[in-house]
Amino acid sequence: MYVAVKGGEKAIKSSLKLLEKKRKETGTKSIEINQIKEQLSFAVDRVINEGSLYDKDLSALAIKQSQGDLVEAIFLLRAYRTTLERYAYSTAIDTSKIIIKRRISASFKDIPGGQILGPTFDYSHRLLDFSLMKEDEINSYENINNQEPKNKEFPSVIDYLNNENLLEQEINNLNDNPFDVTRDPMKFPASRDQWMQILARGDEGFLLGLSYSAIRGFGSKGTHPFVGEIKYGIVDIFISPDELGFEICIGEIEISECQMIDQFAGNKNTPPQFTRGYGLTFGYNERKSMAISIVDRALKSEGYGEEIKFPIQDQEFVLYHADNVEAQGFVTHLKLPHYVDFQGELNLIRKLRNEILQGKKL
Amino acid sequence: MKTGFNFAYLDEATKRMIRRKILKAVCIPGYQCPFGGREMPLAYGWGTGGMQVTASIIGKQDILKVIDQGADDTTNAVSIKNFFKRVCNIMTTDRTTEASLIQTRHRIPETTLNKDQIIVYQVPQPEPLRKLEPKEKETRKLHAYKEYALMHVKLYEEISQFGSVIKTWAYPVETNNRYITDPTPIPKFDNPKMNNMEALQLFGAGREKRIYAIPPYTKVKSLDFDDHPFEIQTWDECCSICGSTKSYLDEIIINNEGKKNFICSDTDFCKSNLEKNK
Ligand SMILES: [Zn+2]
Repeated sequence: MYVAVKGGEKAIKSSLKLLEKKRKETGTKSIEINQIKEQLSFAVDRVINEGSLYDKDLSALAIKQSQGDLVEAIFLLRAYRTTLERYAYSTAIDTSKIIIKRRISASFKDIPGGQILGPTFDYSHRLLDFSLMKEDEINSYENINNQEPKNKEFPSVIDYLNNENLLEQEINNLNDNPFDVTRDPMKFPASRDQWMQILARGDEGFLLGLSYSAIRGFGSKGTHPFVGEIKYGIVDIFISPDELGFEICIGEIEISECQMIDQFAGNKNTPPQFTRGYGLTFGYNERKSMAISIVDRALKSEGYGEEIKFPIQDQEFVLYHADNVEAQGFVTHLKLPHYVDFQGELNLIRKLRNEILQGKKL
Repeated sequence: MKTGFNFAYLDEATKRMIRRKILKAVCIPGYQCPFGGREMPLAYGWGTGGMQVTASIIGKQDILKVIDQGADDTTNAVSIKNFFKRVCNIMTTDRTTEASLIQTRHRIPETTLNKDQIIVYQVPQPEPLRKLEPKEKETRKLHAYKEYALMHVKLYEEISQFGSVIKTWAYPVETNNRYITDPTPIPKFDNPKMNNMEALQLFGAGREKRIYAIPPYTKVKSLDFDDHPFEIQTWDECCSICGSTKSYLDEIIINNEGKKNFICSDTDFCKSNLEKNK
């Protein structure tokens, strides 16, 4: 008989056992959650973003359970978060009040509060470090003498341009009920709160590719974005319960923020001005925050009355396809049996061929 | 049995939200109702929409049947059935006649469904016009204005090119003289079963976050032209297990020379038919 898809129950059981065996086969020591959190922190930070749940322990657990398949780990975290109760919406975070770990601007040589390089791969030479092959002690590291930044506040650098009206104003048009992509179906035309949420949860690779396409030539002509400011640090989260009538801090999170400056040629009503693209992520995800800021700017095209010519400017194209939990599900569903439909196609193609070969038609 | 999750996995508020959308969908047959779809512990495209609909309406007394390609023992059907066993602790069955709730992918059972049953379809793409118009903003307008020329022209072009409509599955239907509806990727062989069906038909699209419905005893018409009436598939062969000439057949390759056999796609029907003929 046809064994490929029949007897499913037994096959599923064996398959799950084989998956477990794959993880344990050679009997190495089990990785601790803390080891993943500390030594694979970038993976952990990617998973909290796209899994859209700020919980580094669960993120590390998901990475362990998925055996390092990050898209699978993201899916695990999403499926968990959807069962959680929603207590409150936080108030908008204030990224000027930040415990800064890194902050750079590519547009200004010197900025109040200073440029802070912080931990970055940027100037490491990408040479494999073979000493890591046999690393015994992880708890000894060189304590570098980095000065604590004197400033406690780091206002957005590019706002200095506001003094001359050179930069578009960031208008706070948040209402009390922000769009919630985890609760509401997609709507078009999309509002900015809607697309910013989707981009924050979106697949890093997809957004990186899109942003690359825009600056390489499949974006508005002649524009080149400038990094106004990139920040990485820790900010407080506040909620403001109706019963209390004032804000309370419920914790702190790490964030990466990118403010991108882009050109705008102006039109009949508006003289030329710089425009903004904004990217924000959980944790240390600088590359993704930059990609988001470029996509954000492109999605604003319609609002500026710019011609919509490229994929990155097309709301439905970008927002429907950025989510890797949706994308991986639908692409991999092609593995599921389709033989009923395929039988229909077989049936048809035989019929069409017969008709033509027998000269009945055409 | 303790599962650590609410009955049927989703929290009660979510289930209520989905039931409200189902009611709306029943009131406007064939209309695609947006809903706040949730992530399920199953991959998108693998039946999350059907699963959310099932989870919202299932009760402790329900007897659930899950099929994929007409069969109860295909891996994904087994996986979904096991999920509901785990989070609902309910009875399941392979028998179409015993089931109160049937979740399906790609088939409608051969056995006629009755008024005490509900069939839940898994929907990969709820929008029948999507291949003709990629933008949601546009297709919603087309439905609102009942502007279906695109679809009719497409069918006409197929007839002029191939002599007949070449759509063999997900063959579009018109529901209640109003909305063009995607019947999901069922073979067109199953389309006539949707017409005037006694059972309630519910459709859940998880990734696209849409629910639609066809209430019992609703007119469902497969699109066609007067001079090119709608036809279903036929086979010269019969089922090599039960001998049925009336069921949808799957083709199976049985040796390396490519010799083929045909068997019923609906495994429960085939089994019952075989028992009856004994
Ligand atoms: Zn049979």
